[in-house]
Amino acid sequence: MPINFAKKPGIVAYLTAGDPDLASTKSIALAAIDAGADVIELGVPFSDPLADGPVIQRASERAVAKGTRLTDVLGLAKELRTERPACGLVIFSYLNPVVRLGMEKFCAAAAEAGADGVLLTDMIVEEAGEYLESMRVHGLAPIFLAAPTSPDARLKAIARASKGFVYAISRVGVTGTQQQVAGDASELVARLRQFTELPIAVGFGISNAAHVKAVGEFADAAIIGSALVALIEKTAPEQAAAAVGAFIAGLRG
Amino acid sequence: MSAATVVNPVSGVAGRFGAYGGRYVPETLMAALEELEVAYAEAEADPAFHVELDGLLHHYCGRPTPLYYAKRLSEQLGGAKIYLKREDLLHTGAHKINNALGQGLLAQRMGKQRIIAETGAGQHGVATATVCALLGLECVIYMGDEDMRRQELNVYRMRLLGADVRGVSGGSATLKDAISEAMRDWVTNVRSTYYILGSALGAHPYPTMVRNFHRVIGIEARQQVLEMEGKLPTAIVACVGGGANAIGAFYEFLPDANVQLIGVEAGGRGTALGEHAARFQTAGGGVPGVLQGTYSYVLQNDAGQVSLTHSVSAGLDYASVGPEHAMLHDSGRATYVSCNDADALAATVTLSRTEGIVPALESAHAVAEAIRLAPTMATTDVLMVNLSGRGDKDMGILARELNLQGALAHAD
Repeated sequence: MPINFAKKPGIVAYLTAGDPDLASTKSIALAAIDAGADVIELGVPFSDPLADGPVIQRASERAVAKGTRLTDVLGLAKELRTERPACGLVIFSYLNPVVRLGMEKFCAAAAEAGADGVLLTDMIVEEAGEYLESMRVHGLAPIFLAAPTSPDARLKAIARASKGFVYAISRVGVTGTQQQVAGDASELVARLRQFTELPIAVGFGISNAAHVKAVGEFADAAIIGSALVALIEKTAPEQAAAAVGAFIAGLRG
Repeated sequence: MSAATVVNPVSGVAGRFGAYGGRYVPETLMAALEELEVAYAEAEADPAFHVELDGLLHHYCGRPTPLYYAKRLSEQLGGAKIYLKREDLLHTGAHKINNALGQGLLAQRMGKQRIIAETGAGQHGVATATVCALLGLECVIYMGDEDMRRQELNVYRMRLLGADVRGVSGGSATLKDAISEAMRDWVTNVRSTYYILGSALGAHPYPTMVRNFHRVIGIEARQQVLEMEGKLPTAIVACVGGGANAIGAFYEFLPDANVQLIGVEAGGRGTALGEHAARFQTAGGGVPGVLQGTYSYVLQNDAGQVSLTHSVSAGLDYASVGPEHAMLHDSGRATYVSCNDADALAATVTLSRTEGIVPALESAHAVAEAIRLAPTMATTDVLMVNLSGRGDKDMGILARELNLQGALAHAD
């Protein structure tokens, strides 16, 4: 399974697929991988991204307007898998596009595309019976979110249901950048650690080398999302891959 | 595998209405939903909570609301006897206060000092702002920019009551976008904030809790119609946006199989996706999916992107519908029809001029269906309409649509 964080801390790069267009997302993802990203999260754009802050909301809106579909994102995953066999690939989506395609059909297609794992933003462990079964059948890693507000009993269930890694949310709130890594994050990772040997990746508000270094002191990997999406937003499309590559290369200090 | 079976209830998950409902939220909110579920169950079981709520519903809000025989309208239509359940006479002008008050007392009981809510037509926002003023709670209301424009009077009312009204520009800048923004606020301030969701939507326990706070509508109406007519109604008609007033009106009659339950959705200005908010109408683009925490019918394209909607009525202008209605639709216990903008406007004029009652544009959808239905029924039939709100808030739209600014339009 290509999800592994050999270098510490690992780097997970989130990209909203289709922003500014699918071909650009592909070249940006390749640049991110070549610059040292261990895992690429391919974000499926959704019309109603209620867990996201303004940066990813705008990216989703642009990508949806371009007509980017879940099946397009799976096609992109397949191309990335062919060109970079060793990189971790996670499909990151809100639930509704997956429900519309059909859960079983989605899992089969994601596996066929060569994805390693799936993260569904609005899927909680209690509702995940059928999802987990389809994921198991197709050899995919279900990655769940763990929140600072999750009591230990929930963290235990989340750790048990997850494979690949567990996504620890650094703070309450929506996605977006912040000044420093919240104190919530290390406490959450310590609580999660009681329940799992899996790598723990910390996301939400991680946007520079100092944050990555801070996360590296208590977790296995840092997830960079809004900072990349904002960089892509403000960079001319033909320069976005180089800019993202340079940004990722600078994250490990 | 069909879409309807995708979301598989696992044992121990509450809040299911058949296949529908459930909880599909970011993990950060789960602790708050669990806390809410426990606190609501405790309040529900506590007689003191009900004494306080019932006392305020009576002395402050004006319950019970009358069941009114609309004699002139019935005679003009020449069929069933039409009765109006007068939720429009409640304090703040709509049924919304039933739920806002119940949840406000619950928030206070839970020690939450900061209240947030979404609003479409502004009626839930006004009700929430009212309850916050009454209970001394901080109040933030999210409202789509488009809705702030078309329901401007309610924006002023909310501000007068001390609420911070925040415009939402994303998507179609209507109810759906206001709910998303309220959920973003909640996920950010979850430790201090109570979210008073205004319809029978969202993640468990909201659909059940909101319905229960509105059950009083049907409980009163059932007793009133038995007293006045000595029998149950032939049919009950209610408009359905999220579906709170309808489920409140329907719930007590669910076991009475011979009472027809009819929900009226917004038919907007056409049948193409984006032109209406009729989630249950065949070929309208509504299929089961997940939006804003619950599994129900959702207007969407074939890629699972949620559709924009249109209705002259801001309160019905929403892409999904409460999960209990999805169950009642599939089981056939309730039927769901739609009424377009023009018919709702015409019904507004008719009710205003036959009965001297100006309905909210939302409620006018139910009135329009009653006007269509009554002449097909016998004079011995009783047709009950839940008149969920009054139309004062809609004067700007009505003035424009009915050309009330110039020489007064003649009826018909």
